[in-house]
Amino acid sequence: MKLNKGYYIFSTLGSILILFLLIPVAICLALGGAALGDVVQDKEALDAIYLSFHAGFVSGILIAIFGTPLAYVLSRHKNSFSQIVVSSLEIPLALPHSVAGIMVLLAYNSRAPIGSLLSRIGLTIEDNYWGIVFAMMFVSAPIFVTTVRAGFDSVDVELENVARTLGASLLKVFFKVSFPLAFRHFVAGFVLSLARAISEVGAIIIVAYYPKVAATLVIERFLGYGLDAALSLSAALALISLAVFASLRLILKEAEQ
Amino acid sequence: MKICLELVNIWKDFKEFKLEKISLKAYEKEYFVVLGPSGAGKTLLLQIIAGILDPDKGKVYIDGVDMTQEPPEKRNVGYVPQNYALFPHLSVYDNIAFGLKIRKLPEDKIKLKVKNIAEKLEIAHLLKRSPRTLSGGEAQRVALARALVIEPKLLLLDEPLAAVDPVLRWELRGYLKKIQSEFETTVIHVTHDFTEALSLANKVAVLNKGVIEQIGTPQEIFYKPKSEFVAWFTRAGNIFKGEAKPIEEGLSIVDLGPVHFTVCGAYEGKVAVMFRPEHVVISKQPLTSSAKNELIGIIDDYVDEGPLVLLKIGVNGLSIKAYVTKSSFYNLGLKRQEKVYLYVKASQIHVIK
Repeated sequence: MKLNKGYYIFSTLGSILILFLLIPVAICLALGGAALGDVVQDKEALDAIYLSFHAGFVSGILIAIFGTPLAYVLSRHKNSFSQIVVSSLEIPLALPHSVAGIMVLLAYNSRAPIGSLLSRIGLTIEDNYWGIVFAMMFVSAPIFVTTVRAGFDSVDVELENVARTLGASLLKVFFKVSFPLAFRHFVAGFVLSLARAISEVGAIIIVAYYPKVAATLVIERFLGYGLDAALSLSAALALISLAVFASLRLILKEAEQ
Repeated sequence: MKICLELVNIWKDFKEFKLEKISLKAYEKEYFVVLGPSGAGKTLLLQIIAGILDPDKGKVYIDGVDMTQEPPEKRNVGYVPQNYALFPHLSVYDNIAFGLKIRKLPEDKIKLKVKNIAEKLEIAHLLKRSPRTLSGGEAQRVALARALVIEPKLLLLDEPLAAVDPVLRWELRGYLKKIQSEFETTVIHVTHDFTEALSLANKVAVLNKGVIEQIGTPQEIFYKPKSEFVAWFTRAGNIFKGEAKPIEEGLSIVDLGPVHFTVCGAYEGKVAVMFRPEHVVISKQPLTSSAKNELIGIIDDYVDEGPLVLLKIGVNGLSIKAYVTKSSFYNLGLKRQEKVYLYVKASQIHVIK
């Protein structure tokens, strides 16, 4: 088959972008990979990585608990009010992350009205574990809700109607029909929001510099000691992230079949 | 006979569209067809019966019980939407068993019921399949089985034959009728195809723009339409407006200007007359006929419709449609521009006031 000229232009432009994206990843893994052994003995780095994923998963689970019902309601009730909710959900995505951090700190610090209530049940955010979780939730929840809402949009309402005539209550219809059919989107939303949470640094630094998450530690080492100092931790973080997301995607594929 | 479904003065406003003062009764074991063009509100009406939509006003009685405020899961109504809506994540077996599992029947009972209904509907060999792999006809049977297995008081079918190809459609009509008599259930079937209504229904309601125009037996709808819309929608063929005047006992004359017709009954003032093309007798020579209406016309055009040929005959500027069988079309040697005699019995002309 003779390829036409336009095809060459498209593939050349596309290839440049792919290389632009992959070359830094490859160099970081190659150079940092050599020093990966250092990370194993670096307790501060290991703690930070563990904390990143721990807080990331807790943030993801909380978002799923509160976000799934929201996504369902937004998908099933398309009116002007839900349009306002959908638009306002995009606000965190439009903000610089340091600004997002300022907002979270302002609203939920332990001297603010809501923050003082939260800290009474142990959810203090300033330089605290929950500060990390809150900052992560603030920036990643919109991604989850948007993705899962699209999933519910793709479920034919007639399926729910039929299930109800067959005797299922609204809740049963949700768990037996709507949720299983939107499950792919649910997992995709979870993975995307988890990725977003773990990569978050701007908002976290403002709300809770300590305890240090991995992304904070990378910045600290880079600013304090230079590129080489940050390299092995960066490579480790990149590897672990890729592995986690690759395995989540595999699990998702398995679940589909 | 017991009333199975009764709608009393149902109103529902959808902003761009309204269902208005819908009242109807369907008796037990009746095959009730709601006939109307697309956009008439047929699906919305079914969804109000099923409880998926709430009416703004009016009452829905099922088996004599007021169900207006009850959610769909309390109504025990089988619903088969136009796209069948089989659950894609469940096997055919689990689709059919869905309602039984919700009712928490013991596993062995569920198995038995699914097996029995699958055998009756001849889909036992499909039970392990995924709905995605079914043909249109198979999917329809599975959807019917899923709705029937819960032994519903009412079976609601939304354009059940629209999604299958035309050849299969004829076969499935017979199948639906058979299912209904076998399961002795009351069926509410909505369609835009009047031939479906004619071949399946015990009773027909014609719905147009959210209003019921007529309820009756298929014969009444077909031969005695109460409105011009019903006549037009059931392809009455010949509908003309004119001025009526009673003459001798039991007969009237309807003057259309260029032509007049003698009709049965006493009518006066503005009316429409309607007669079906199959009730027009065509001849090349004048006949000694008992028919009160003899006209002379010229064949303008004809359409071959398979077993029948539809003639379009000009009579003093009026275009009258008439059916002849294909064999008589050839025997008479009919051609365009040929002069013919038309005979219509007064008793076969229906007058719409």
